[in-house]
Amino acid sequence: MIKIEVDNKTIEANQGEMILDALERSGITVPTLCHMKDKFPSGACRMCMVELDGANGLIPSCAFPVREGMKLKTHSPRVVRARKTIIELLLADHPDDCLYCVRNGNCELQTLSEEYGVRQRRFSGKKHAYNVDNSSMSIIRDPDKCILCGRCVRVCEETQGVAALDFIGRGCDTVVGTAFNEGLNVSSCVNCGQCIMVCPTGALRENSSLKEVIDALNDPEMTVVVQHAPAVSVTLAEEFNMKAGSDICGLMTAALRNLGFDRVFDTGFSADLTIMEEASELAHRIKTGGVLPMMTSCSPGWIKYVEQYYPDFIDNLSTCKSPQQMMGAVIKSYFAEKQGIDPRKIFSVSVMPCTAKKFEADRAEMSDDGITDVDAVLTTRELARLIRLYGIDINKLEPETADTPFGKRSSAGKLFAATGGVMEAAARTAHYLLTGKELADLKIKPLRGMKGIKEAQLKIGDLEVKIAVVSGLENAKNLLEEIKAGRKEFHFIEVMTCPGGCINGGGQPYNTDMDAVRERMQALYNIDRDAPLRVSHKNSDIQSLYDDYLKEPLSEKSHHLLHTHYHKRDTII
Amino acid sequence: MNNTDLQVILDKYPDAQRDSLIPILQDIQEVQGYLSRENVIEVGKHLKLPASKIYGVATFYNQFTFLPQGEYHVQVCRGTACHVKGSAAVLDAIERELNIKAGQTTKDKLFSLEVVACIGACGLAPVISVNGEFHAGVNGDKVRKILKNYRKNHQEVKITNE
Ligand code: SF4
Ligand code: SF4
Ligand code: FES
Repeated sequence: MIKIEVDNKTIEANQGEMILDALERSGITVPTLCHMKDKFPSGACRMCMVELDGANGLIPSCAFPVREGMKLKTHSPRVVRARKTIIELLLADHPDDCLYCVRNGNCELQTLSEEYGVRQRRFSGKKHAYNVDNSSMSIIRDPDKCILCGRCVRVCEETQGVAALDFIGRGCDTVVGTAFNEGLNVSSCVNCGQCIMVCPTGALRENSSLKEVIDALNDPEMTVVVQHAPAVSVTLAEEFNMKAGSDICGLMTAALRNLGFDRVFDTGFSADLTIMEEASELAHRIKTGGVLPMMTSCSPGWIKYVEQYYPDFIDNLSTCKSPQQMMGAVIKSYFAEKQGIDPRKIFSVSVMPCTAKKFEADRAEMSDDGITDVDAVLTTRELARLIRLYGIDINKLEPETADTPFGKRSSAGKLFAATGGVMEAAARTAHYLLTGKELADLKIKPLRGMKGIKEAQLKIGDLEVKIAVVSGLENAKNLLEEIKAGRKEFHFIEVMTCPGGCINGGGQPYNTDMDAVRERMQALYNIDRDAPLRVSHKNSDIQSLYDDYLKEPLSEKSHHLLHTHYHKRDTII
Repeated sequence: MNNTDLQVILDKYPDAQRDSLIPILQDIQEVQGYLSRENVIEVGKHLKLPASKIYGVATFYNQFTFLPQGEYHVQVCRGTACHVKGSAAVLDAIERELNIKAGQTTKDKLFSLEVVACIGACGLAPVISVNGEFHAGVNGDKVRKILKNYRKNHQEVKITNE
């Protein structure tokens, strides 16, 4: 520990850390725009400047290490003036359309200009008029609003190992874009939305489906059903100022009914269904010498990643559709038949923590005879907007439960929302399928927690099953390279595209930090700890679906509805 | 430029790292006159660099272009001496006449336009060069005439050939 003087007070700092980190711990907030926690500082924006006694110019606190006895001023007139000028310069080339912007009310640039008292336009620069890129099903890019902080470029490259974006050109004409400045749809973008999560402005946003959903809700001809993913009920609360990690499944269900959805289903149900199919597929592959390691296929960003970068591994991907698509498929088949509704008169909506789910729902493989499994995907954020638009005070509602026949889920299905959860759920059921007995301890500790790569060996009967769990595609890439080089061997691998899993997905509330993600994860573990039904194979609604309709896992009907195939994809990589 | 040409270039840089990127791009541009999409992607595979990074680097420098050059490649000097003598207006006139921006090629592939820092002919300012042929002391009117002449020549050549 060393001591530094900040604004005439002494605070403690750790040797070698950056000034910004020490300030933050002591409760002193310095504004930042390009800074990203746990990443090497880029020092691009200079918003974090502070005054160092004895230094000539101001120094960037995010990129300047602490020194014993250094004297700093964080809000001297000189510092404040400099920061204000930076904001004014950023605004010189910024469209004046806050009122029409999706980030109105939660934009970092807007907040800073308010905090620094920017009340007039001091500089007027040449304004760019770039085209909005709306080629992608998932992500919209609006370069006019970009302040070139570089956060999206870095998350895409360093966290996701994709690097779909980079700075193009130079000087005033620099713009963030894709290779050859093409649409995101032909780029290597995997639609994860992590770039949206880090963007301080409205330059990146989801491709919204609110209009289609509202139109459907107002169409008397349509039966509008909605499913909600396991990760939504533990994050939506934050959109309504409740604390991170609050589970509001019941309130959300009530809100969805108030919005006018005819049926509310829980994607946790189809997560259980996925487990039945996927655990059976794994058992089958192990028994018959099929392609191993088997890799999970629930995360559509990861699927596209394999299709474009590692086509040799396509046969390793489980043929199971994701829970979203399985739910979509049984809604338009089993549910429609049972209710006597023409599947063409069903509008099927899903609420997802994810932007890549929009892309997934649009894939050609995800429809049957022109009937799409899922018609519109809303992110957690879009659902929150819809609830606000309809004037629903979610705190005043009484919790409700989801509808039959797809309303019941095990807590194993709920665990799908966090990294390691699919594996834990699969292991519980695989153990039962292979040995006829339940696992002695259902909680599988080595699979839990935020670590990016987890490896373990599970004993299932006489089998020693080697497994790995990864989240964040850069981690997935490293693991695949190890496997390719023959240095590692596994039977089963779970991959989630976003770091930490769906609880940190690209459709989640803005300003998510890792502490919030940990709270969300803990909420899931608590739900699992207290749940009466903790294994997918004991879900009675799942059993009836098989008895009534599908017959058994991997049956012909299951294959037709619940499984699919993936293909090598040509994108600009 | 075919695959073997590219391979010859890449073979000059075995075990290349990202610091060989610019020399490789220069070699390609030298042979092909521009950087084609396919070649950028191949270079990316060779250096294990994403296409976006290569595009980002290449667009940082004026010297690289992504469109095949026209039959007549027009270079406009924007160095200090030419600037003082009015090269901005010259560039503007050419852009209007050809209806393209610097770095682009006309639809009929006849002309391409490049801005260069200094051609090294300050005594002739403002100067442009067309396929290496210099035109000194130009202004808007003169460049329009020059370009028309090239177009006319081209048509005459075509007619004789037919
Ligand atoms: S959505 Fe993901 S892959 Fe696509 S540009 Fe953003 S961070 Fe990169
Ligand atoms: S798009 Fe957003 S995150 Fe990316 S550089 Fe621009 S402002 Fe920053
Ligand atoms: S936050 Fe320090 S330079 Fe941008």
